[in-house]
Amino acid sequence: MTTLEAVDTASPGRSPLGSRPVHRAIPLRRIVTTELRKMFDTRAGFWLMASIGIMAALATSAVVLFAPNQEFTYSSFAAAIGIPTTIVLPLIAILSVTDEWSQRSGLTTFTLVPARGRVLMGKAIACLTTAAVSVPIAFGVGALGNLLGTAIAGVDPVWDLTVANLLTIGLAHVLALLFGFMLGVLIRKSPGAMVAYFVYTFVLPPLTMLLAGSRDWFRKLQPWVDYGYTQSQLYDGALTAQQWTHLAVTLVIWLVVPLAVGLVLVSRTEVK
Amino acid sequence: MITIESVTKTYGSFTAVDHVSFQARPGRVTGFLGPNGAGKSTTMRILVGLTPATSGTALISGRRFTDLPNPGREVGVLLDASAQHPGRTGREVLTVAQRFMGLPHRRVEEMLDLVSLTPQEASRRVRDYSLGMRQRLGIATALIGEPAVLILDEPANGLDPAGIRWMRGLLRDYADRGGTVLLSSHLLREIEVIADDLVLIGNGRIVAQGTKHELLQSAGALVRTSERELVARALTAAGITFSPVGVDGLLTHAEAEPLGKIVFAAGIPVIELRPADSVGLEEMFLELTAETQRQTTNHRQPAGAMS
Repeated sequence: MTTLEAVDTASPGRSPLGSRPVHRAIPLRRIVTTELRKMFDTRAGFWLMASIGIMAALATSAVVLFAPNQEFTYSSFAAAIGIPTTIVLPLIAILSVTDEWSQRSGLTTFTLVPARGRVLMGKAIACLTTAAVSVPIAFGVGALGNLLGTAIAGVDPVWDLTVANLLTIGLAHVLALLFGFMLGVLIRKSPGAMVAYFVYTFVLPPLTMLLAGSRDWFRKLQPWVDYGYTQSQLYDGALTAQQWTHLAVTLVIWLVVPLAVGLVLVSRTEVK
Repeated sequence: MITIESVTKTYGSFTAVDHVSFQARPGRVTGFLGPNGAGKSTTMRILVGLTPATSGTALISGRRFTDLPNPGREVGVLLDASAQHPGRTGREVLTVAQRFMGLPHRRVEEMLDLVSLTPQEASRRVRDYSLGMRQRLGIATALIGEPAVLILDEPANGLDPAGIRWMRGLLRDYADRGGTVLLSSHLLREIEVIADDLVLIGNGRIVAQGTKHELLQSAGALVRTSERELVARALTAAGITFSPVGVDGLLTHAEAEPLGKIVFAAGIPVIELRPADSVGLEEMFLELTAETQRQTTNHRQPAGAMS
């Protein structure tokens, strides 16, 4: 009888793939940080992020250079900065979602994290984090512009926005971002979602304004159905209780419901 | 271990995958073979939860893919090497995978090294990658989590001959260490060198499956002769079906031994007589999947058949 010795058949330095350790579920925190990274790590993503700062600086410079002295108020600066951030933040949110389909990177993402709802939750939190950082920076750039502009003009700076004002304006930026996110989830293609956003933000409001001006029934209905109208009030100072109600109702119609539909579609459709 | 049981996928009235069942076992390379549009990719997408199946179950190590807590650590997947954001660098693509899986960062460089992407190449954006480089990057992404199961859809696409040989070695070694490999191809020759088991699919249905050895044996026999007419007559008389191959060959459904007896009894000289092996398998494959072929060739001349 010969004794057979156990032979290690695996090549040196490489373990056999037999027994497997039990793996823990991927924590949401890791999905958020990875999704956040993915928003910056392409050239397009990087410049989109950078453009928030760049456009805030450009808008501020434009006010300093071209606005008459009496308009050197913090609210003019905040308004000037608001335009680029309400364009760029939603674009960032749209692309963070639609890239998975338009660039087909979802094939990898959704095989690494099959729970698509968790991926989207991670993306939403990553987008909100971006807003939480970039909105205060934009306000800061505006404040610097206000100091600089008034110093150049030799007038006293006017701080005509309260903290409450800044908060509601900040909320408007965040809602714009979430609106973009919703369109990304619902449409899942970059061009379509972007066009939808621009149509909704820039084409629709003048039309509803015309309609409200000419049709009495719509003027009464508008606060309950026109999200563009209700969210624009966030820029105009403190909201009344009724205005908050209007905002909440229109948010449900234009943001919550379509987002829910989008989430169902995302969880059911094929990723190709 | 991959277990697919009666998986069906319909799109309206079109059945893309029709009651497909097979297993891919640990320690073996399973080749999933079929013409374009036969349902290979759909089956693989169902397996990894990207496409919902209409009915049936697809399990990996006894669990559905979507129930795996950290799938990348258990299953390496490469479905389409081109499905990457073109603006990301190769290294960044791997870093994203490494982060999702919660692996140490050094794994990224280890994988780049394994698939022979140089640091310069890794720093380039995927948009500037050749298909072969994308395949290497895709294989690196699939392997980074040290999974026990690999699922690769047409991984040899775009690789040069040296690259194909490299990948064969990699997959062989992987299976020899106890890993389960499922790899698809529409080219029999590409897959028969590496596969231990074969699953043939055509028109959404499994048309044949078994070990490569079994399938090769059932593939009939080949005879080459200068008197092809006489052999054809003798075979017809014996009730054996056949088809012409090349200028002087006949591929029969009979095995080599009875074929030899028939030809000997008829007193016909032959140049060569042997089990058909891959020639027969290819013939069988084309026959079985004929309905899904986009074009049919009347006179096939399998390269290498006469050598």
